[in-house]
Amino acid sequence: MNLTGAQALLESLRREGVEVIFGYPGGQVIPIYDAIYREGFKHILTRHEQGAVHAADGYARSTGRPGVCLATSGPGATNLVTGLATAYMDSVPIVALTGQVPTSMLGRDSFQEADITGITMPITKHNYLVKNVSELPRIIKEAFYIATTGRPGPVLIDLPKDVSVSACVYSYPETLSLPGYKPVYEGNVKQIKAAVAALETAKKPLIYAGGGVTISGAEEELLRLAEKAEIPVTATLMGLTAFPGTHPLFLGMLGMHGAVAANYAVTSCDLLIAVGARFDDRVTGQVSTFAPNARIVHLDIDPAEIGKNVRVDIPIVGDAKHILAALLSLLSAEKHEQWLKEVNKWKSNHPLVYQPHTDYIMPQAVVETILELTDGEAIICTEVGQNQMWAAQFYRFTRPRSFITSGGLGTMGFGFPAAIGAQVGNPERVVIDIAGDGSIQMNIQELATIASYQLPVKIIILNNGYLGMVRQWQEFFFEKRYSEVALNNPDFAKVAEAYGIKAYTVKKPEELKRMLTAVLNHPGPALLNCLVHPEENVLPMVPPNGSIHQMLGVGEV
Amino acid sequence: MKHILALLVVDQPGVMVRVAALYSRRGYNIDSIAVGKTEDPHVSRITLVVEAENEAELEQITKQLYKLVDVIKINDLTKDDAVERELALMKVSAGSANRAQLLQIADIFRAKIVDVSQDAVIIEVTGSEDKVEAIIALIKPFGLKEIVRTGKIAMVRSAVRS
Repeated sequence: MNLTGAQALLESLRREGVEVIFGYPGGQVIPIYDAIYREGFKHILTRHEQGAVHAADGYARSTGRPGVCLATSGPGATNLVTGLATAYMDSVPIVALTGQVPTSMLGRDSFQEADITGITMPITKHNYLVKNVSELPRIIKEAFYIATTGRPGPVLIDLPKDVSVSACVYSYPETLSLPGYKPVYEGNVKQIKAAVAALETAKKPLIYAGGGVTISGAEEELLRLAEKAEIPVTATLMGLTAFPGTHPLFLGMLGMHGAVAANYAVTSCDLLIAVGARFDDRVTGQVSTFAPNARIVHLDIDPAEIGKNVRVDIPIVGDAKHILAALLSLLSAEKHEQWLKEVNKWKSNHPLVYQPHTDYIMPQAVVETILELTDGEAIICTEVGQNQMWAAQFYRFTRPRSFITSGGLGTMGFGFPAAIGAQVGNPERVVIDIAGDGSIQMNIQELATIASYQLPVKIIILNNGYLGMVRQWQEFFFEKRYSEVALNNPDFAKVAEAYGIKAYTVKKPEELKRMLTAVLNHPGPALLNCLVHPEENVLPMVPPNGSIHQMLGVGEV
Repeated sequence: MKHILALLVVDQPGVMVRVAALYSRRGYNIDSIAVGKTEDPHVSRITLVVEAENEAELEQITKQLYKLVDVIKINDLTKDDAVERELALMKVSAGSANRAQLLQIADIFRAKIVDVSQDAVIIEVTGSEDKVEAIIALIKPFGLKEIVRTGKIAMVRSAVRS
């Protein structure tokens, strides 16, 4: 079969099961866009390349399948950078395709030339510059394999224009040879037995579940393990959908804005079982006082995560699903009545609370009302900052892959385009972006995307007129010097209406539910601008570098 | 302490950059780096001399290197009985007055004079890092005009492994 590079690319994508590309055209990718046009390959045109890469990311996180994005050379490619770094930090499989100047023009500072493989080296799992069309099928095969296996991550393929237009005799390789890449899935039996023995003697075991549980699809095994051995579960921001939010063994999120019960449990437990989590500084706080009484079992597919931030007693390298299944088969049922009593007391004494206000809508109430109206079934995307933390604290997730948030990089402007990708990948589900008034403006141009494809994404802005999280830090740690955080916002409802999107503003607490209902019931895209309390804080809070059991704003009931 | 790491890598363009960039972004230091082909045309060997404060840091460096798709195998040769060599070329001022003395030093170190001109010679020396350092120290007073060193390469003695 004789194909051009562009045709070979699309054919290879089809063989990898790719159903959609998120992208934005430009000079060096016109041949690829020509092939897309001629072959009718499904393509979502975003209004900025950053929107495209975040959409591919949201698609990947919500479906578990790799997301694909396409941008032109130079500025198109560099606009992917934030999105690739976001995906890399949160281990999201993306294959990013960029146009490049023809190979004969490389290295001459040609028009719209940027060394994108050099630029993205530290923020991709791997990347390729294709020098010859004959290598293209192999490179695409390798890219998808690397992106989706082991610890997933983004892979970038840079395609010079002459590669896209040259002809090749096409055949897609059946096998691949990557002598330096051998992800391990099965855990070491001896280590698994050691973990079982530790569990059998533990009096206060605790599971600390991270995003790796979701990536591995190990939710079922985790639930069975927790129930069989009566182990309470706390989750990271990335792991919130790893365990049912309504389950009695669930303590909520841990860390800087975690639940009190979760942080107390970490500090008191005698055995901490980390599953697909990486002991991020937002989780551990001061490392020296993190889980001070516990032996630590660490399950992770990435050997480099073991012992990176904390000492580990029993490391098990491999895939969470495999290892948890092996643990389950060896472990007998356990009871931890006393421990659960202790944990439940913390839970009932220190629930997440906020003070309702007669004049102001409280941002937490918005999230609670969304939860009530969607019954915990929605895909919730967030931006970054207070909106993200309130969504994490007050939504109770019942379905896997339903919380799409930038955890590691903390990328403002992520949630809305990610919601686009999540909606494309899950046309039947309710997809909501819980946004802040700052974040939404970082990719607000994507309103045009949801309008033109009539994607029924719902945008709920928690509008407090501030960069709220920074303002909160300035209030707590900088004597209320609110430096450059007050935003002089446009009327978001009018902005949305200008794009042809149904939009409302709500200000009165008593109207919140009615307006949210109207927006969520609207069949197409819709936006609700919630004017919320301007100086509400996310609590409780572990001060930076503090110990996680010493939290500010711990409510007592 | 210093460690000698021998990396077998897939012979791809950019693999040296990937290794070196990983070091700089993770905040580690490389003392020297030497790369060359091996008996397998698809595989190159990179010899790194690196500084690691403790075992944990070395382990983390090694694991991060293994995450690079093109890195096949890493051996820490520090503890092994390995042959270590470095090559240096030194251009030294040498008039008729001190030339004999220079030749004598070179002879003692089994170094070679590889170029001679009116007022300078180029000396080539091969050996362990200590040896290279020693001859440099002795030659310096003569007027060392230029020096180039390859960085260390190393190989485990076969008796140890077999």
